[in-house]
Amino acid sequence: MQYKLTTPVTQADLAPLRAGDTVLLSGTVYTARDAAHKRMMERLDKGEPLPFPLEGAAVYYVGPTPERPGQVIGSAGPTTSGRMDAYSPRLLDLGLSIMIGKGARNQAVKDAVVRNGAVYLAALGGAGALMAESVKSLEIICWEDLGCEAVRKLEVENFPLTVILDPQGGDLYQSGPAAYLAQASR
Amino acid sequence: MRTISAAAITDAVAQLCIQANTHLPDDIVAALDRTRQEEPWPLAKETLGLLWDNLELAQSKDLPICQDTGMACVFVELGQEVHIDGPFEEAIHQGVRRGYGEGYLRKSIVGDPLRRVNTEDNTPAAITLRLVPGDSCRITVAPKGFGSENMSRLGMLKPADGVEGVKAFVVDTVRLAGSNPCPPIVLGIGIGGSFDKVAYLAKHALLRPIDQPNPDPFYAALEGELLEAVNALGVGPQGFGGKTTCLGLSIETAPTHVAGLPVAVNVSCHVTRRATAEL
Repeated sequence: MQYKLTTPVTQADLAPLRAGDTVLLSGTVYTARDAAHKRMMERLDKGEPLPFPLEGAAVYYVGPTPERPGQVIGSAGPTTSGRMDAYSPRLLDLGLSIMIGKGARNQAVKDAVVRNGAVYLAALGGAGALMAESVKSLEIICWEDLGCEAVRKLEVENFPLTVILDPQGGDLYQSGPAAYLAQASR
Repeated sequence: MRTISAAAITDAVAQLCIQANTHLPDDIVAALDRTRQEEPWPLAKETLGLLWDNLELAQSKDLPICQDTGMACVFVELGQEVHIDGPFEEAIHQGVRRGYGEGYLRKSIVGDPLRRVNTEDNTPAAITLRLVPGDSCRITVAPKGFGSENMSRLGMLKPADGVEGVKAFVVDTVRLAGSNPCPPIVLGIGIGGSFDKVAYLAKHALLRPIDQPNPDPFYAALEGELLEAVNALGVGPQGFGGKTTCLGLSIETAPTHVAGLPVAVNVSCHVTRRATAEL
């Protein structure tokens, strides 16, 4: 199935999604990767507000290349999500609804996805030029000193994504290869 | 004795950094084109089609193929009859600095592994120098992304583990990597040498085009067997499942100690980049 979603999303929006479905996402997406996640945790520890509202939000693990004059964004494919595993459950419990990246997540993240009715979606790894096509505007909103790791607010249109972890506990990285192998051995 | 100017080395490296990040080598393009047509699993075929679209978009929009424009791994084969009229390593770093700036490439290097402050110009390059006969200077820039680099492994196997042990180590590496290194992947495999040498062999193996088998028929056959074994895992493009897990792999070997069987697997992705110039 293909779903069209616009951020901010609700649990009801995400409930029908299943591992292997595709999503065309529109609206606001915030970028954050290793260094920004670390600083977000420090802010939460101090009781300070985060750079963006988490409720129903989508976070994209990306560090784009610098944009040329006249371009909205440079190449902008996903980075490996597993490096954010240590931080994600806390953000999901605070309302984060959509994580976008590539690669496997640990059990704690899978549990937090189910617990909160959230999803983990894959962007196409290594396809930075293709992913950039859907980005309509970009604004650095926090921690500019982090360079490519600064927190950016993106407006996206029909951002092409694939459901990896769904609210029912489905995991495409398990079920996808298993389904292929079952068919190939027939 | 022939003199090559440090400025010429800087110019070549700068140009190669940009070329490598925007144009894939012919062998990788051919493998992507072939597999997108041959892949039998629908979701995998569709995914390979999108990776192909990405290549075309990168060309038409003048964008890097992948946003991780990598650590600049620079391999130099320097003729021993060449004199360079300035500081050699600095000439290469300057080329990386200029190429990553002028090419709008991402700066991904931190100056210290634990204190982690970005150097802002993607220097230093990772330079490997080899002295060869003659009076020319051959430079290859192979920008390496770390999504795949992080999935690489090194094992000090026992001689009794033999070829089956080597195969199991390679297949395990790919299984453990799963979706992380942006499959379809490319593998550089080192066998033999010492702890440090085997890692170099694996990295260097990634410089050989994947349509050129090892010149030794024994290792060419092993390359074929390993490719089949890895593609039987079913990981598929992006880890979504499918036949195309690995586009190709290369083995490099070196003499080793009677007591050892070192193996290293350097994992690379479908954006395996390299560009070469000869001065």
